[in-house]
Parts: sequence; structure tokens; C-alpha cells
Amino acid sequence: MTNTWQDIKNANVVIVMGGNAAEAHPCGFKWVIEAKIENGAKLVVVDPRFTRTASVADYYAPIRPGTDIAFLNGVIHYLLEKDAIQHEYVRSYTNASLIVKDGFDFQDGLFTGYNEETRTYDKSTWDYELDKDGFAKSDDSWQDPRCVINLLKHHVSRYTPEMVSRICGTPQDKFEHVCALIASTSAPDKAMTSLFALGWTQHSVGAQNIRNMAMIQLLLGNIGVAGGGMNALRGHSNIQGLTDVGLLSNQMPGYMNLPTDKETDFDIYMSTRQFKPLRPGQISYYQNTRKLFVSLMKALYGDAATQESNWAFDWLPKLDIPLYDIIKAFEMMNAGQMTGYICQGFNPLQAFPDRGKIRRGLSKLKFLVTMDPLDTETSRFWQDFGPQNPANSADIQTEVFQLPTTCFAEENGSLVNSARWLQWHWKAADGPGIAMSDIWIMSGIFHRIRELYRKEGGAFPDPILNLTWKYTDPISPDPEELAKEMNGRALADLTDPATNTVVTKAGTLLDGFAQLRDDGTTSSGCWIFSGSFTEKGNQMARRDATDPREQGIAPNWAWAWPANRRILYNRASADPAGKPWNPAKPVISWNGTKWVGIDVPDYTPTLAPSAGASPFIMNDEGLGRLFARKLMAEGPFPEHYEPMESPVENVLHPKVKNNPAARVFADDRAAFGSPDKFPYVATTYRLTEHFHFWTKHALINAILQPEEFVEVGEALAKEKGIEQGGWVKVSSKRGEVICKAYVTKRIKPLTVDGKPTHVIGVPLHWGFTGQARKGYGANTLTPSVGDANTQTPEFKAFLVNIEKTSAPVTA
Amino acid sequence: MSDLQSQDYIRRSASTMTPPSARNAEQQVAKLIDVSRCIGCKACQSACMEWNDLRQEIGHFEGSYQNPNDLSPDVWTLMKFAEYENEQGNLEWLIRKDGCMHCEDPGCLKACPAPGAIVQYANGIVDFISDKCIGCGYCVKGCPFDVPRISKKDHKSYKCTLCSDRVSVGLEPACVKACPTGAIMFGTKTDMTAWAGERIVDLKSRGFENAGLYDPQAVGGTHVMYVLHHADKPELYSGLPAHPRISAAVEAWKGIAKPLAMVGIALAAVVGFFHYIVKGPNEVTEEDEAQGERVLEEETENTP
Repeated sequence: MTNTWQDIKNANVVIVMGGNAAEAHPCGFKWVIEAKIENGAKLVVVDPRFTRTASVADYYAPIRPGTDIAFLNGVIHYLLEKDAIQHEYVRSYTNASLIVKDGFDFQDGLFTGYNEETRTYDKSTWDYELDKDGFAKSDDSWQDPRCVINLLKHHVSRYTPEMVSRICGTPQDKFEHVCALIASTSAPDKAMTSLFALGWTQHSVGAQNIRNMAMIQLLLGNIGVAGGGMNALRGHSNIQGLTDVGLLSNQMPGYMNLPTDKETDFDIYMSTRQFKPLRPGQISYYQNTRKLFVSLMKALYGDAATQESNWAFDWLPKLDIPLYDIIKAFEMMNAGQMTGYICQGFNPLQAFPDRGKIRRGLSKLKFLVTMDPLDTETSRFWQDFGPQNPANSADIQTEVFQLPTTCFAEENGSLVNSARWLQWHWKAADGPGIAMSDIWIMSGIFHRIRELYRKEGGAFPDPILNLTWKYTDPISPDPEELAKEMNGRALADLTDPATNTVVTKAGTLLDGFAQLRDDGTTSSGCWIFSGSFTEKGNQMARRDATDPREQGIAPNWAWAWPANRRILYNRASADPAGKPWNPAKPVISWNGTKWVGIDVPDYTPTLAPSAGASPFIMNDEGLGRLFARKLMAEGPFPEHYEPMESPVENVLHPKVKNNPAARVFADDRAAFGSPDKFPYVATTYRLTEHFHFWTKHALINAILQPEEFVEVGEALAKEKGIEQGGWVKVSSKRGEVICKAYVTKRIKPLTVDGKPTHVIGVPLHWGFTGQARKGYGANTLTPSVGDANTQTPEFKAFLVNIEKTSAPVTA
Repeated sequence: MSDLQSQDYIRRSASTMTPPSARNAEQQVAKLIDVSRCIGCKACQSACMEWNDLRQEIGHFEGSYQNPNDLSPDVWTLMKFAEYENEQGNLEWLIRKDGCMHCEDPGCLKACPAPGAIVQYANGIVDFISDKCIGCGYCVKGCPFDVPRISKKDHKSYKCTLCSDRVSVGLEPACVKACPTGAIMFGTKTDMTAWAGERIVDLKSRGFENAGLYDPQAVGGTHVMYVLHHADKPELYSGLPAHPRISAAVEAWKGIAKPLAMVGIALAAVVGFFHYIVKGPNEVTEEDEAQGERVLEEETENTP
């Protein structure tokens, strides 16, 4: 989230699209209700199904799964046509005026530079024209046809209300009504918040879905302000913390990237990461990247990370492909290229697409280690559970080590919520049986591996042997000690270069990342967490709910990264002169000498508005990007591409139907179904009563939602003779699920390109372990393909067939 | 069920004795369920199961999110889901938390023949006192909302207590505490009625012209009230009765028949006593014993 949960109450319009906040985040949803009751807010829901969020909405519009970009580009078309944008904000705070390189173009579904063979783009034209000083050229009068706003206008000109309705199946009047509600927040003192989740990420165009709404929010002046923002509601307790500390195959802590194999030394790696400002007078935070990186390497390698050793850069793994995501991992497993797998807090047999492929992959492993508080399906993949997990144990040679772990309530630690708050929690009970903490288990694995390298050498022992491990209890480091390591400390006396006096003594915990240095005198395991555990104590353990102006900031409750800042880009909450756009709900303002307000300024605290630096200081031009430059895989503007499995052609450009930059493995492509055999669109989701695949292990949750089912509209049910609560077989090219049918008015056929299109809803909670009734699992049906940037699987739009059937035969 | 004393009673089933009502100056309480801000998450159901330690067996999917399928001795509150297409052709998903309404004029209490098995406290809560319940099922017939359920295990009647045990020590009912959106509120009936008024103004401003408070006067008003978007058509909410009435038979029973019946019961007791004195205790035959066991077994099999 750019903003906080509590801040939702400041919104005038709440749009839930690409998510189902009431069902997946019922607790946080109280702030939407608060916005409605206390702020007169309108709640708008755009979803293929009439959800429990829709049940309390002021306005609901249906949409075909996987067509959000057509809808959102249609909204941009509407806003530009009606001139319903926040002009001063767009002119001053976005790259609308900047001029794009001459070669850049978009033709028949493709941007300039496409290579069909590699399915990648040469992005050299996806950038600004630079002047002789290296600054981006601009035209503040917006007359130049090559400036971003004009290219955007041209790009979205195809997305008329008629076209949106033709692609999305949303009735035109409903689409336009939603547009009008959105447009009402272009007034400087009005704000819309966008609440989204996996309904946007889990698509082959997932990252572009989100960018598209971010662009709308920039056009409306809704980023940085109270009640605005792009608010990703994280779906899993501590998934935010997972990404923060870089638990992804291409990431390091604090959103720094692992080097690629082309970045053969530290200087080359740094050359593209220390942004030079692209506009005169601009500040760019990433000029400090070297300090962040060196401090991380000091945390990892301690004394072994020196100037001479290039801060241990050579010991980092170098990526030969963009990332080794989970789809790639299972592809490698199936090809026999990955023979061991450690599953820590992860249940891929339930959670990753094409269950059959996951099961085959696990069956080819030499060993599988599972670490989980629960008896997961993945741990039992080798065991025959009947039709829901037909396995022939004798044929499977995988050795499975099932290590029970403690859960969050059985250990101290911090969880990071969607609003980036690090909240400390305290152990409430001992773990059951032989359960041990993840820290104890991982430490044990580390010690044994290091011992093996010590004894046997191996191809490249340095990265393991040189890791620093100076914990009081090396067998099971204390969570507080790890938190302090993340925060960082001074490794030598730090002096102020101006006065040459010592400002921070050696050994002191740092107050924030501003103190980090690139000479090896500071360490920080995760720079964005710097300030969370200081000499003043554990800031994450703070529980003071005082909230100045009652605006949902509560600065002394826990601690938010970065720098305890609650609203990102909050400089943009004030106009260029430093006056709040919305005087009733100010966040920060310029008082003549410095920035003051209820939040920590996302800006240099004493930099005057007259200096002319723009608010988006993490970008080299300081501006919010309507044009993404080279950052996205499939183009600097979002474009509608059909899901990988889709019932219709792409009416905008039939030759380029799907995301041209999506990575698709040959076996996965062969497992895509066609609409003649699988004519219905399916989408997967969660229900309030369950949390993923965990709570089916809990009796109360199992009572509240006991058994697997799919949701089918009345029209399709009638056509197929499906009875309420009757048995159906849902099949995709990858597998089939036999379960009950919920025949409902909440899913209506949509008219897409003139033809009726039926949507089938597949909740995902049931498996073959736990207390609830056994189920096949929604991932039996889903295709193994991901977003072109992140490889997040396309769970939200695929093709199935459905037939009436009888109950599965169980032994 | 509750920690309250008889001195809190203002009404007591099947007795002409007036309860001492020492604390009848107490304010009347009410639970207000605002269906317009309810998201059907079932946190209330979950909290009810936890606080009262109730666990229905794991059921089946039956064509709705309504789970378990019905109220039962182990299910005292239940979210009911109704899909409704309005006059404009737009869908509304009307979700209502069902359970005891705690009527001011409780039909269950009127119908109950077991002295003190159903009581009403000065704060308005209607409570079942299980050790006095004889499992006759008259309360089921007497209830205009079809709420009480008789347990096959102990032949006693059960329903929501409005957490009388929590309320008596100054806590809100468990469902109220658990509700994430503030759709369930608890307080004095006066405050809840006033708050409902504000909610109705808001709903009317959002186009629900017939928004209103459900507090049916035919049962003297209720201590569980609803804010409804369509107060003119409460039946839309999974059959919430527009005009709940205590059945005529129960009213008659309470009015005339019950005193007569009581005389009859007393007479039977007297006759029985003389029978015992004159003939001695009835001997239980082996056939009786076998028959009894069969009945027990059947009941065990039928027990969920």
C-alpha cells in the first residue's frame, strides 16, 4: 500500500477492482465502511462475480476475467476526452510533458523493438529525448505530438466505451457510470483509493493491470494524498515482509536486484543503479544505492567484505535468466534439472498451477524437505488419498523430510502488514510436539552445509565459508538480534565530514538509512528496515494509537518502512508551492523553512518548493510515470492482451492475441486448451471462511465452509442441466475437478464481441489433508504461465468445460 | 446458562409468581444488526461457536454460503444469504444474521409449561434455563421466528442467550465483539434506536427509500433489531416475517387453557401419588428395558 488501512476512511470514492476486500480482508474492510459512513464515500466494485464486497457497494459493474486493461484504458480515454484530470498535478508531478524518443511507436499490438524469436523487446527507443546536458526534453504546453500525454491520448483512443463493452462484456452504461464516479475525484480536494490484490496480479498481464490504475491515479492527482493511493492488499500474513527482505530468486533485501551474469564486476553493477537526475534541480534517492549495497554486504560477509574484495560482490550468485521463479523451478524439476527442493512455509501442490505437473515434478526429486506448522498436501503428495490425490507410492522414489515448525503465535518476531508496518509480536505458547522454529532449522542446515564445504572444499566454497554468523546463540539466533542486524549499526566511529567530530559511535544501532555509508563503516541487513530497532529500543513494539488529526497516520503505533513514513510520495499531497491540495485533510506542507505535518515527509525535509524538485524522488526524473520507460517487459503503456487461454480473438489486433513478452514453456503451451473444447471462462478465488489452505485444518472454519464447490450462473446451469448443489465435473486441458455446483444469480453471462460468455467461479480452499471434506483443488485446472514481469501465475482467467455428473467414487 | 440471579427476572415461564425484580430499574438492552454494512463474513458465527463452545459436525455444501445449513442446538446464530433482483434488474445480495430476536413479549416464554425454564431479565434478554427445561418443544411452537431447537442428546431447548453471561458482567455479546465492520452493535435500546435512525438517513440518501428499523411491535418490539434497506419487505431477507405473531393457540394456552391444564397436571400428580401409595411403585419389566434401549440407540444414531 502507498497509504495505510486506516487512511481508506479519508477517501471519497473507494474502487475495488482486481480484488475482493470484504472477503479476503474482512478486518481491514472496516475502513471502507468507515469511509462510507463518516466520509460519505461511494464504494464501486468491478468484478466478474457479484461478491460479498459488491453486496455493500454503491455501484457494481461486471467484467470478463482478464480484460481489466481494456476497461482501465477506457477509463483513461474517458478522463482525457472529458478533460477530467487534475491539471496542475499532471503538469507538475507526472512525465506528461516529457518528450519520447523518435523511434518509439506502437503498431498492430506491438511496441517498437520486438523480437519474435526471443519474445522480448529491444527497449532502446522506450525513453525520453535528452538534451545536450543529459536532461529529458519537455514541452510544458503539451503541443509536441511526441510528449507523453499526447502519445498516451493516441494510445488509448481505440478504447472507446463501445470497444470496452465489446471486449469486457461490461454494459456500456455501467462502464460510463463507473467512469463518472472515478472522474469525480479529479477535483484537487477529492480522492479515490484503489484497493486491489491477486485479482490483478494473477494474470499474464498482471503488473500492467496495476500500472494502468496507477496511471489513472496520477491523472486524477490521487497519489500521495490522504484517502488516495494504490493499495495492494497483501494476501498472506507476512508476504509483504517476504518481498521486503528479498525472498525472491532475483532479489536481495530492500528491493535491490541480484546481479546478472553480464554484470561481471561491482562497478558495472553500480553503473545502472545509481540514478543521475534527469531534470535540472531534481533529487534522486537512488544516488545512494552504493551505500545501501555496501552496508548489506557488510551485514552478510562482515570483515570479509572489503574495498579490496569489491565488498564481496563476486560471491553473489549471478542470474543467467531474469529469474528462477516457481514455474521455472517446476519446469526444471520435470526436466530432471532440479533434484532437491526445500519447501519452507509453502504448499506448491495446492498453491501452484497445473497440479498434475507439480505432482510429476515432486515425484522426480531425489529429496523434498517441507517445513510447515501444518500437514500440507505437498508433504503427502506421494500418498494415495483416492481421486483427490491418486498416487502410486511404490513408483515414487522421492525421499521426503517433513519438518514441523512453530507458527507465528509460538515465537517472537515481526510481521509486515499491507501498510508496510513492522509489528512486533510475542510468543504466546510453546510449539506442539517436536516443532522447531524456522530459524533453528535454517541455522542447522547452514551449519551442516558450511561444515561440508569446510571438509570437502567443493567447486566454490567462498560464498558459504565467508558468511558472517556472530550471533549470541549460533544454533538459534534470537529474533531481536536478527531484527537489530536488519536495522544496521555503525561498525566504526562515524564522523561528520564537515566538522570531523564523531556523530555515531562504533557499535551503535543506526537511527535510519540516512546514516549508511559506502566505505564499510556501516552495516544494514535490509536498508528499508533501518530505523525499526534503534538505541531507543524496538520501534516495532510500539503500541501508542495516538492519531493526530484522526487521519489514520498513528505515527507511534509500530513502525512503517521507510523511515516510519505512512503515506508514500506524500510531497505530492501539497501543490508545487507546498500548500495541501485538500486543506481539510493535509498530510505535509511547507511552512517557509521546512516541511511539516502529520507524516514523515517523503522528500528532503528542508528543500524549498522554489528549488523545483519534483515529488517522486525514487525516479531519476522525479515524476510519476504515465510512460514507464524501459521498466516493463511488454511496453511502456499498458495494452489489452487476451489471457493465454481465452474464448475470443483480440479484436484490437488479431495477430497479437496474448502478451507477446510472456514466457511460455513448450510443455505448458501444449497444455493450453482451446475454446471449442473448453468454452467457458474460469477464475479462482478465496472465500472469507478460509485462509488459503491453512484453515481447512481448523474445525470452526471447516464447519463454516465445509466442502469444495464451483459457482455457476443460472443461465449456464439451465443449459447444462446442472442442479443447485448437484455434482459437476469441471475440466481444463490439464485436469478435472468433481465437486458440488452453486447455481447463482451472482454470475451473469456477459456479451463479449456479440457472443454470450459464461464465467465459472472456482474457490480454491480444499485439498486432501485437514478437517474439511476432501477436494481436488482449483490448481488442478489452472494453466502454468505467469505475468511477463513477475511470473505470478495466471490463476484468474483460463478455459474450462463443465458437465453434470455424479459423486466421485471413493474406496 | 447465565450468571444472573432470579432477582433480575421480570418474567418467568409457567408461574404465576411475580419475580422479585430487584434490578428492574436496569436499562433495556438491544443488539442492532445493520445489514447494510454486513459483509457476511461469519465472524459472528465463529465467535458464537467459540464463546459458547459449540461445534456442529462438519456438513456439506448445500447450494449456498449458508453453513451450517440451519440453526441447531449447536448453532445459535447463522448468516443467511438471499439473492434478490430488484425492480431495476440489479442484483442485491441480502445477508442477514439469524438467531433469537429476544422479543419483548416472548412467545416461547408464554408457551413454556415448565416453571422457570424460560425467563426474561429486566434488561430484556430472554434466556433458557436448561436444568428446568423438560424438552417439550412448546417454545418452538411459540416462537414467531422459528428459532429454538431441541437437542436430541439431552432433550433440552437451545438458542442464543444474547450472551447473558457476558452482558451481566458488562461485556458485549461475543458476536458484537467479533464483527469487523461494526455491523453488529450493542447498547441500550434507546441508543441503538437512535443510531439506527442515523443509518436510515444515510441509506435513504443512497437511494434506499424504504430503509428502516425492524423492531416488530406485534411482539412488543425486540431486543435484537435490524437496519434493513428494504424495511417494507423484510421477507426478502431469507424470510424475516413482516408481521411476526405469537400463534393463536399459544395465546389461548397462555390466556385460558394453561391454568386449566395446570390444574389437570396437578390432578394427574395427585392421582399418581395415590396410585403409588395404594399399589406401590411400578415394576420395570424386561420388555420395557429392551424397548428403552432401542429408543436410546435410535436416538444416538440420529444424533448428528
